[in-house]
Amino acid sequence: MAEFLRVLTDNWSLYSQGFTNTVKLFLVAAVGSLVLGTLLGAMRVSPVPALRAFGATYVNVLRNTPLTLVFAFLVFAVPKLDVNIDYLPAAFLALTLYTSAFVCEVVRSGINTVATGQAEAARALGMTFLQVLGSIVLPQALRSMVPPMMSVFIAMLKNTTIAAGFSVLEAGAIPAYMSERGEPQFAVLLWITIGFLILILPLVVLQRFLERKLAVAR
Amino acid sequence: MTVTTGGPLIVLDGVNKWFGPLHVLKDVNLSIERGEVVVVIGPSGSGKSTLCRAINRLEPINSGTIVFDGRPLPAEGRALAQLRSEVGMVFQSFNLFAHKTILENVTIGPVKVRKEKPAVVRERAMQLLDRVGIASQAEKYPAQLSGGQQQRAAIARALAMQPKAMLFDEPTSALDPEMVGEVLDVMTSLAREGMTMVVVTHEMGFARHAANRVIFMADGQLVEDAPPTEFFENPRSDRAKDFLSKILTH
Repeated sequence: MAEFLRVLTDNWSLYSQGFTNTVKLFLVAAVGSLVLGTLLGAMRVSPVPALRAFGATYVNVLRNTPLTLVFAFLVFAVPKLDVNIDYLPAAFLALTLYTSAFVCEVVRSGINTVATGQAEAARALGMTFLQVLGSIVLPQALRSMVPPMMSVFIAMLKNTTIAAGFSVLEAGAIPAYMSERGEPQFAVLLWITIGFLILILPLVVLQRFLERKLAVAR
Repeated sequence: MTVTTGGPLIVLDGVNKWFGPLHVLKDVNLSIERGEVVVVIGPSGSGKSTLCRAINRLEPINSGTIVFDGRPLPAEGRALAQLRSEVGMVFQSFNLFAHKTILENVTIGPVKVRKEKPAVVRERAMQLLDRVGIASQAEKYPAQLSGGQQQRAAIARALAMQPKAMLFDEPTSALDPEMVGEVLDVMTSLAREGMTMVVVTHEMGFARHAANRVIFMADGQLVEDAPPTEFFENPRSDRAKDFLSKILTH
């Protein structure tokens, strides 16, 4: 047990640096994909055929591309176009672009749970598409969006470890450093697992809170 | 409610509509004067709801023209939203906004669409709710009201926009029988005040005493167009005779 604790205390700076970057990647990609994904979701239900087609194409391409490949495009291919993009911003971007496709589908399925009569009544009052979506449909869609959205975000939190393969020092990069230092792999990996559990816990609590809050809103 | 001079308020000219292979509106021509109350009746599937929904373009048509207040219906966009704000609509299933209180349901149109001051709108909304007899329910959510109360709230919501015409798409068909009367009473008083109304309904009593004209539809066509007494006492077409015999004998 003392040995197990020592692995963490002796390498605290590596662990804290790694998990700090993991949290950063998660937060930036969460905000980014929530914004982009909602926009894409709005496009997919918009009255403009071109926007609908764009949204559908985006989802089909990004959702079906392995995340590693999205990273590879941004880190290895995009610089060939004389666009310089650092490793960390590239990781932010890759996670955001990829996760947006999933967020978009959560938003769209949430919208589909709202009875069509709600949007019809809003249109009949003279509301524009954005008013219908923002004031009538999305607020009612939120409740059914919370559980699948949290699943998407939990998956994304774990997906951040792919950045380790593209020169970002996050939690997923810790094992490689630790094996160089000759630390026991079991203890190293267990601490990383515990770290992720601690990070995911607030998301689970947030989900419970949101579900309860949105449930009493009527 | 203001009667301006000029031609008819709603004109449909050669309107056709298909749902896939189904021809639901066949060359429909109809002209509705300001202040007129037109009741549309007919067997189910005859296209009467589609006709009603086409007037504010909730149902786009395939050919022909629909002119409202001298202007042809615009395509989807801001101009259409503007036109819809001048036409009140009441649905069979009420469609009150489930996440808003009754008062918010009535105020949201004028505040969001017309950008009117919330305090002014609130006062007008309370008057309307009082008029339809549910002022005491203003702070409740739609699900807490009976069907009849919800439908009266929906009428108040449409009236809050001070529309030039009101469309009713089977407003009493989803109601328990004992609640039909309270909704029809509100509609009758509106008709008396000179509101232009298009009412799709199965309520023959309302058609008899509140309508200026009864339109009978069958298979997507306007089969008869006559004042109520003439239509009910002396239907010309066999289809109308058949329909009336079925609904009036019991």
